Parts: sequence; structure tokens; C-alpha cells
Amino acid sequence: MKAVITVIGKDNVGIISSISGECAKKGVNIVDITQSVLQDYFAMIMLVEIDNMKVKLTDFQSALSLIGEEKGLDIRVMHEDIFNAMHRI
Amino acid sequence: MINTKDILETINMIKQENLDIRTITMGISLFDCISDDQKRLEAKIYDKITKCAEKLVPTAEDLEHTYGIPIINKRVSVTPISLVGSNIGIDGYVRLAGVLEKAANEVGINFIGGFGALVQKGMTKGAHNLIEAIPEALATTTKVCSSVNVASTKAGINMDAVKRMGEIIKDTAILTKDKDSIGCAKLVVFANIPEDNPFMAGAMHGMGESDTVINVGVSGPGVVASAIKREGTCDFSRLADTIKKTAFKITRVGQLIAQEASKRLDTPYGIIDLSLAPTPAVGDSVAHILENMGLEKCGTHGTTAALAMLNDAVKKGGVMASGHVGGLSGAFIPVSEDAGMISAAECGALTIEKLEAMTAVCSVGLDMIAVPGDTPASTISGVIADEIAIGVINNKTTAVRLIPVIGKGVGEGVEFGGLLGYAPIMPLNKYSSEEFIARGGRIPAPIHSLRN
Repeated sequence: MKAVITVIGKDNVGIISSISGECAKKGVNIVDITQSVLQDYFAMIMLVEIDNMKVKLTDFQSALSLIGEEKGLDIRVMHEDIFNAMHRI
Repeated sequence: MINTKDILETINMIKQENLDIRTITMGISLFDCISDDQKRLEAKIYDKITKCAEKLVPTAEDLEHTYGIPIINKRVSVTPISLVGSNIGIDGYVRLAGVLEKAANEVGINFIGGFGALVQKGMTKGAHNLIEAIPEALATTTKVCSSVNVASTKAGINMDAVKRMGEIIKDTAILTKDKDSIGCAKLVVFANIPEDNPFMAGAMHGMGESDTVINVGVSGPGVVASAIKREGTCDFSRLADTIKKTAFKITRVGQLIAQEASKRLDTPYGIIDLSLAPTPAVGDSVAHILENMGLEKCGTHGTTAALAMLNDAVKKGGVMASGHVGGLSGAFIPVSEDAGMISAAECGALTIEKLEAMTAVCSVGLDMIAVPGDTPASTISGVIADEIAIGVINNKTTAVRLIPVIGKGVGEGVEFGGLLGYAPIMPLNKYSSEEFIARGGRIPAPIHSLRN
């Protein structure tokens, strides 16, 4: 199963490092990353494989939310199917 | 990989524009609970609901986490209780409402619907007793919702039932007067009631349904309002197209959640209700969609046309996105549950007469409207008769959920709290309908040729 991690907020140092570090720790494999910075606004999208994840999805979501709170970012982990359903016929 | 723009659009809909799944409703048939012994009937109903819906709430919560979309309500609808209870007495029906409440609390759902009767043509003893039990049943429970179908296009209007329901609404208001007559917020009078509606207070599990079923109601007025705003001053063809595309996206999420819930709960998927259901939250209003189309205030001239187009475009977009469509499908216009409607009613732009016209072109009917507490029961019956006639003649579902707030009058308001919102008391026509309603009998079913 693949999930999409979205990170939205003000750009600052070490965002990718902290998220990818958390992924590695929890056994989440990163498949693809795109990011864009518009002025100070940062949006990163990560496609990840979560079949071999060592923790429950809710625990992984909470761990990333914690990073989000520290750095002032909105971080979400959502099953990729919600995007496929909405945008692909 | 999925397009970045699309991902950010979805996130924005959820985060900024209040996109949510309004309800996952499990329909449960209670026909196999029928018994001639009240205690046995109660035990079987409790056991069936708690067994079938045991995993409903945890499954819905799990889906919320997995897909990152809020699912606001988890509900259960059951076979109309008058068909299950049959000839038990009035007290027996009040006790059954208590059993439904206990089962709802046990499985942790928000509401349970189906404490109702179908009396469009005539009234069985059971239906009569259930209707008589409604005021006390709603006053002694918080999660039980009641609906009574008093008319259909094929059967006409049961005016005896219309008369009695005016009185029942008044009695319910009096019994719950300590809580601003909130009992009436859980009671709807219908014409052409749908058998698979997941929305409250009118949800019930119809007679042609399977043993259990999953129905999903979507929402998203904020998403449509924002899309219209972004289009600026385009013409109506483009406006309709924008609404269709937006409704498609909203409904696809509902379809995904419905299929996944059906799989995880091992329960057949029934329908998606293509609805724009508002909440009192800022940015979640159907009235604001109409105002974004260019109306200064919802209720002014042009409102009915705007709503007609909105309703039609929502259905066209939603139908393409979903395997099976049903329920009430369309825009909802409950006054107290919509910030834009509340504001329009308070400033006098929106009146009950205009609301009645609006219900001719959208789903449901006169919904969540607070009226003076001293309104005679016959006037309430008159309002019901008018609204029900619109449904019967136009072959559509209409309904009435009026709240006569005991002790309050025009100029005052009532705070129901939560999703039920705030309602300014709206004036009704002062002239009497007493003699008209006292006639009783049935208004015959309409002819559907020679349409004019």
C-alpha cells in the first residue's frame, strides 16, 4: 500500500531530513519526492510504501504531526487512493 | 506519481473548505426481530443492532485516519419501528425508543433513525400507537430520530395524518420546552420518503432493502462556494460546468469511503447520497454558494433559479462519480444549520414563503425552521400540507421539520448547539387554517398526464 505524505508551511532548515529520518526509523520506504518553494511557502509531497511499516499508521501519523508542530508545518499522511479517486476517472 | 497540483487541491478542500464525509449510515433490517412478546422483541432488537453495528464506529474512525478525511457522523437506520412493533401499545413504543437509544449508546453512534411509520394511505393500529408515542419517545431519548411519511405521489395525502402530526409536533415541543423544544429537531414529516436516506432525522431502512447495508452521505458546500468564487464573473454554462466538476470530485471521495467501509464491514454497499449538507461553521454554507453566484442575500429574487441550477449540476456531476445514487441527493437548505441562511432569515431577506418555493427545486423541504411557540397545531398542519403537496404533485421527496419554540416569539432566537446550530424564530401567516385542516380524509393522488 502506498501513502502520500504532504508537508505544507513556512520553509526552514532540515524539513526533508527530519521527515525522511522518521520514515527510515519506522520502516517506511520513500518512492518519490517532489517539492516546491514559492516565496517562503514550502510544499513537499512524498510518495511512500508502507507495507513493511513497523508501527501502526496512526502512530506514524502522530510522530509526523509532532515534527509538524515543532516546525510549524501541516504534515498529513493519506492513502494514495483518495487522490486517485478524486482526480482520475 | 499523482500530480502535485491535484494533491494540493485535495488537501486544500479538506483543510480550508471543510470537505468531509457527512455520514456513514448502516441500515439494519429488524424484520427478523418481530415477536408477540414485548420483552423478547426488545431483546432481539437490541442484540441485532449491537451485533451488526459493533464495528461501525471503529471502522469509520480507521478510514478517517487512512484517507485523511473527516467522517463527521456514524449512524444507524432501522426498519420503520411501527412495522416491527405492530400492535404493541403506546407505552410499548416509548420503551422501544429507549431500547434504540441504549443500543445507539452501546455502539457509540451519533444518531439512530427509523422510529417511524408509513401512513400515506391509511393508518394501522401499530402506526397509530407509534405516532402517539413520538412526543414522549423524543423527550426521553437524545439519539433517536423519528420520521412519518404522510403522503406519496401514488397514494395522495393522508390529511388525517397531516392533522395529527401538527398536534404531535406541538406536543413534542411542549414536552421538551426546557431544552428549547429540541425534540422537534429529531422529527420529520415526509412525502415520498426515500428508503435509503443516510441523513437524519429522516433516515430509515426500507422494506426492499437487504438485511444490512452501508449508505454514505457526502458534503462540501464550502468546496463548491470556493470553486464558484474562483470562476469570477463567468456565464451560467460555465458556472454549471464548474459545479459539476466539483461535485464529481466530492462524490468520488464518498464512493471510495463507501466501498472501503462496505468491504471492511462485510456489508453490501447501498448508495451514495449526493448532497451538499451545510453546517453552521463559517465556509460551509449552501446560502453562501447562492450568494457567490451574485445574489446580494439568499432569499432575494433569483434565489430559486440559482438553487435549481445548483441542485441539478450537483446531481449531474455526482451521478458520474458514483456507482449507485439514492437518498435525498441534492442541496439541503436547513435554516439553523447554515450560517448564510441564518443571516438571511435574521435580516428578513429569507422568509418561509421563499423557502417553500426553494423546496420545489431542491432536495428535502422546510428544514430546521424555528417558529413561535404559540403557533396553533392547525397552522403547523397547514405548513405541512403545503409542503407535502409540492412533493406529491412534483413527484419528489419533500419534508417538514419545524420547531415551535415554546415561550419564544418572532424577534427571538434559539441556540441548539453543535451541528443543529442557531435559529431565529421566523413568522408564519397569522390567518387560521383550522377549518381546512379539520376536514380530514385524503387528498386524492394527482394525475400525471395533462401536465401544466
